Amino acid sequence: MPNDERLSGGTRTGFAALRGEFLLAGVILLLAAVLGVKTDGFLSWSNLFDLLNSYAFVGIMAAGLLTVLISGGIDISFTATATVAQYVVASILVRCGESMGAPFGWIAIFGAAAFTGLLLGAVNGLLVHTLRVSAMIVTIATLNVFYGILIFVTRGKWLYDFPKWFADGVNVWSFTQGGATYGLSLAICALFLVLAGTAFLLNRTTLGRKIYAMGGNPEAAKRMGFNLLGLRLFVFCYMGFLAAIGAVVQAQVMQTVAPNSIVGRELEVLAAVVLGGASLAGGGGTLLGTMLGVALIAILQNGLTLLGVSSYWHQIVIGCVILSSVSATAWNARTIARKGVGIDVPD
Amino acid sequence: MPFVIELTGIRKSFGGVHALKGVDFSISPGEVHCLVGENGSGKSTLIKIMSGVHAPDAGEIRIDGKPCARLTPSASIAAGIQVIYQDLSLFPNLSVAENIGIRQYMEKGRRLVDWRRLRKSADDAMRRIGVSLDPDRPVLDLSIADRQLVAICRAIAEDARLVIMDEPTASLTRTEVDALLSVVRDLQRRDLAILFVSHRLDEVMEIARRVTVLRDGEQAGVYDARELDDARLAFLMTGRNFTWDINRTSCDANAPLLEVRNLSKKRNYADISFTLHRGEILGVTGLLGSGRTELALSLFGCSAPDSGEIRVEGTAVRLESNRDAIRAGIGYLPEDRLTLGLVLDQSAGDNAVLTILDSLVGGGGLIDGRRLDATVREWIESLNIKVSDPAVPVRTLSGGNQQKVVLAKWLATNPKILILDSPTVGVDVAAKHGIFEIVKALAAKGIGIILISDEVPEVLCNAHRVLLMRKGRIVGEYRPDSISQKELAVKINAE
Repeated sequence: MPNDERLSGGTRTGFAALRGEFLLAGVILLLAAVLGVKTDGFLSWSNLFDLLNSYAFVGIMAAGLLTVLISGGIDISFTATATVAQYVVASILVRCGESMGAPFGWIAIFGAAAFTGLLLGAVNGLLVHTLRVSAMIVTIATLNVFYGILIFVTRGKWLYDFPKWFADGVNVWSFTQGGATYGLSLAICALFLVLAGTAFLLNRTTLGRKIYAMGGNPEAAKRMGFNLLGLRLFVFCYMGFLAAIGAVVQAQVMQTVAPNSIVGRELEVLAAVVLGGASLAGGGGTLLGTMLGVALIAILQNGLTLLGVSSYWHQIVIGCVILSSVSATAWNARTIARKGVGIDVPD
Repeated sequence: MPFVIELTGIRKSFGGVHALKGVDFSISPGEVHCLVGENGSGKSTLIKIMSGVHAPDAGEIRIDGKPCARLTPSASIAAGIQVIYQDLSLFPNLSVAENIGIRQYMEKGRRLVDWRRLRKSADDAMRRIGVSLDPDRPVLDLSIADRQLVAICRAIAEDARLVIMDEPTASLTRTEVDALLSVVRDLQRRDLAILFVSHRLDEVMEIARRVTVLRDGEQAGVYDARELDDARLAFLMTGRNFTWDINRTSCDANAPLLEVRNLSKKRNYADISFTLHRGEILGVTGLLGSGRTELALSLFGCSAPDSGEIRVEGTAVRLESNRDAIRAGIGYLPEDRLTLGLVLDQSAGDNAVLTILDSLVGGGGLIDGRRLDATVREWIESLNIKVSDPAVPVRTLSGGNQQKVVLAKWLATNPKILILDSPTVGVDVAAKHGIFEIVKALAAKGIGIILISDEVPEVLCNAHRVLLMRKGRIVGEYRPDSISQKELAVKINAE
């Protein structure tokens, strides 16, 4: 059995279970405190809502990727899936957005996006299950295929000029501060809905627990009679579905659809999920950890921007944070292992 | 009372290979039964027939006296037959309770987890066999022995009436085995049938009533457990007689090869002193966690001692890495050959020459293929490694042949000293004897051998002297002709 400290996903209770999460939360608080002192705008409601709005789609995709990682797989292609879904949605909006009007329009674009995501996710799931090749390789390949076809068909054109109801979005609740309006936008609502749904899936449903079990020991899951094809199809479809939902959210926030706005950010999402304690070997990881991972990356980028640091430095800093996080975990696991195996030699 | 399961005249072949050639087997409620046989004798095929994974080609299966035309995996589980595989099939990342109650997730129409019922079924199962584990702890945190209890609890929670356990004691210490046996006795009192599957004379036979022996897919007989001993069982399993005499060859007591003086390492071992002579087989025995493997690792340069001295042929050496050790003429067969001794997906040939690749480099700095092939062939012949083609992955070889490949790898370096750490774990009786023939021949050529093993007969039959380790110290030195197997076993297990 793999002996990985991080495998404790979802079952250890109490303080010990959430040690990684507490640590991460501590780092985030520290960072927020430093940024609050050093910059003017960081600790403000407007900045908080800006952050939530612009990182909601990262959080939504991270929830999907976490599910795939827990099952013992990985998906690199979700950014291509998201971009394909964005173009499907944008085409609908440009062609017949005005005539549809708000309530039906929302249903139509979310439905079309979800269909696209589920379809491409199913392609990934089937390929991973039948080829029995590492999911990493399969999904790097499908990233290129999906994206290549998209660019071929659309010629990489930017799409904008969407109907007014799409630009207005959905505002459940809002307040005005300093002349600008902030509130529970479509992006924020979608993020919280996705989080609640994923939490319910992973902790409350037999399906979610089977996904954890399969990631922990696929051979035993097979002997137990789990339908591994079904589970794999589900996690990749779920990833595709959330990628598509995230895509709509991102398009609504940006009001532009461009071929290169999401593709290329897959490793950023993966980094957030791994920072949050998910195991690349499968079977481990919590939604809370993942969200803290996303928050850390978001705050880092936001903070560096507010401090006026060049965006090239952002990547270097984030790379260093990931390196120090994984080395801390590895070092921690090693000390625990060393403490465990010693022999008490009597004098 | 009818048998829980009764098999008569079971035949099964796979692509022309007859795995079972007319085997009978039966077990009644409350019976502890042992199924023994070498690798490839048909044990696993028989288990898979009982668990419904394979359908027999011919023969009859009766469950509770009623004939059963087609036993499917789900019918087998419904009949109360539960197999606990050697790897236990647990989910390390899930909690104890979830592992025990995981069958709930398979119930038709169940979409939400009923945590309360899951918890209750886990508590019930644990209470029924008198174990108390924290139900919320991930299985990952448990010892192998506790994990085994979890697997048993899962079988109980699924209303097992026959529990089949594959090699249950392979990685347990004696105390843990005793705990397991008391759980098994308890199950027996509740009229559960227990079938142990093994390839050696196991501790579990202490409580078994009948022993079914398989040999080459045929039944070599059903015996009363009390009438069997090592030699008789080895004969029944292989059809050959092996000598179980002590090793009466002599070694040169005036030619010290390896001298260890006051070697200590914190939390590993303390104050270790001994001398290994030319041509001597020195047994080192002790329980798991007695420091025997830790000592071996230090002698092979893998974990430097805190203090003390190591001399090879009279010269003090510093072994700070395994490269130093190899240079000093020391070879080491690790306890876990699968992860530490072999590159499983490479061929037997490539594994065998791994240690001497540098010496096979020919013109142009490339490996000389012809010389490599010749070397490989030489080792395969001299160690009698049974392999159809040196190019097949070593993963596909039997345990005994795998171990010979590891041996070849170290012999290729021309060592003066060879450390063998539990060399016969998972190796058949016949192959075991083959390996020790080779080891004795090596000793006769002057190589000094440290044989680490907790199998008492193996140590007493092969070594010239035996050192006993306990809690990181050497607590005794014995000559094989001055101590019986029983006496040594008692000393090993003394706390």
